Amino acid sequence: MKPIVPHRRRFLTAAAGLVAAAALGGCDRLAGTAFGRRALKLGEDANLFVQRLLLTPASLAREFPESAISAYFKPNGTIDPTDRDYKALVAEGFGSFRLELGGLVERPLSFSLEQLRALPARTQITRHDCVEGWSSIGKWTGVPLAELLQRAGLKPEARYIVFHCADTMELAGGGLEGGTSEAGDDEAGGTPIRYYESIDLTDAYHPQTILAYAMNGKTLPVEHGAPLRLRLERQLGYKQAKYVMRIAVVDSLAGIGDGQGGYWEDRGYEWYAGI
Amino acid sequence: MFRHPLVIRLAHWINVVCLAILLMSGLQIFNAHPALYWGAASTFDSPALAITSDQDAKGEPRGIVTIGERTFDTTGWLGLSPSEGTLAERAFPAWSTLPAGQDLATGRRWHFLFAWAFVINGLVYLLYGLGSGQLRRRVIPDRDQIRDIGGSIREHLTLHFPEGEEAKRYNVLQKLTYLVVVMVLLPVMVLAGLAMSPGMDAALPVLTDLFGGRQSARSVHFIVANLLVLFVIVHVVLVLVSGVWNNMRGMITGWFAIAPPGAGARTGETR
Repeated sequence: MKPIVPHRRRFLTAAAGLVAAAALGGCDRLAGTAFGRRALKLGEDANLFVQRLLLTPASLAREFPESAISAYFKPNGTIDPTDRDYKALVAEGFGSFRLELGGLVERPLSFSLEQLRALPARTQITRHDCVEGWSSIGKWTGVPLAELLQRAGLKPEARYIVFHCADTMELAGGGLEGGTSEAGDDEAGGTPIRYYESIDLTDAYHPQTILAYAMNGKTLPVEHGAPLRLRLERQLGYKQAKYVMRIAVVDSLAGIGDGQGGYWEDRGYEWYAGI
Repeated sequence: MFRHPLVIRLAHWINVVCLAILLMSGLQIFNAHPALYWGAASTFDSPALAITSDQDAKGEPRGIVTIGERTFDTTGWLGLSPSEGTLAERAFPAWSTLPAGQDLATGRRWHFLFAWAFVINGLVYLLYGLGSGQLRRRVIPDRDQIRDIGGSIREHLTLHFPEGEEAKRYNVLQKLTYLVVVMVLLPVMVLAGLAMSPGMDAALPVLTDLFGGRQSARSVHFIVANLLVLFVIVHVVLVLVSGVWNNMRGMITGWFAIAPPGAGARTGETR
């Protein structure tokens, strides 16, 4: 028996080393498989399930006093869309801007900025939490999304609200990212993929879910999403779509982009961004 | 002696996997914005800690860690480190993050999945530990141990550990360390993580208040992660020097050999 022990120990040490190395290298390969992706999504499913249990429609995101407003609110994502149509809107001060609201509604509607400002408004000073980890505090004024949805009237099969935005993120077929090219141009190398996001009806009717047209008491600046940006205060920054042009009510996210519900969601980020 | 019941052994090894994945995916997430702040929001021009890169006087790139007003050159390790044959500008090096490349989305998915595994495993451990009396036996020092804490410190400094009857229970420093890790550091880690969630902040605002704001919670999460790494290093070193095969057999099969007093638990020792 005696000589076997050192062998066994050496074997066990080597085996443990191999397992550790394989585990580390294997993690990335596992994450690339369909099973791996599905398994990794379980965490998001659990987060959504538990947070929905804990949150009531009346659970408001924390609101801050004026004194807490960040001196510098970091603009992120697209900060200056290069799209030709959008630039034309900026040039004329969004005078001809119309927010379109359609899809599974009884009455498709369109609103000018002036009409939106005449509707009931909500002002909230909230913390914007970026998925990267930083936070900034700002004051947002806008019309609650619920006001618009009530006016349009949802059809019974309505499940999700999709926001279509003006800013090109990339060109389908390997174009430049970040809208650095002349993205209004289809010839530039493909169809522009513009930002899109989606939320479900629970969040759509939450009192703090607003389409903001003002920030810190001034007209919403271009770098923060003029003329309209979604505020969805109980979730992370990438859910707060900027440059919102069109709202579509749908029964499924399958037909939106690659089917995960948003630009970043189609690139691996969670659809439910409450954590 | 039979030292570790099956539930404890399983929980221990599941925890090893969870903590390794949580640490590495956590470093991946940190790399997306490698700076820490105190309070609710970020003060971008005056972080409490930042891991960045810039150029030295000769124009050579270098990695820098800034803590308050002080900077440290950490080229090769933090801020600037080798990756795929070149020097990459990233806070934590590729070998320490999951995934290795910059990929916040996948890092988050690993982190949340294994956070759930860690919490469930931890609850099973605590419930079993409380119900069976194992937890009290493992983390609460006996009265005579408290009285002789100086002796235990001496033993650790000379890397000489109890033998015989005394080796049947954990020593006092060991118990106190496990007490702090199991009852303080790990729960604080989970709570600080939850306090960063905008959804949790709406559901349970007192949690974020407890840490003094979301950015403070993020800093606490980072600091406690460092303390846990420190614990694991000390833990592994002590496992190695106090009889690695006996310790490993104990945590794998449950059976731990008690050497008779003076026999010399470590081979080669003469009387």
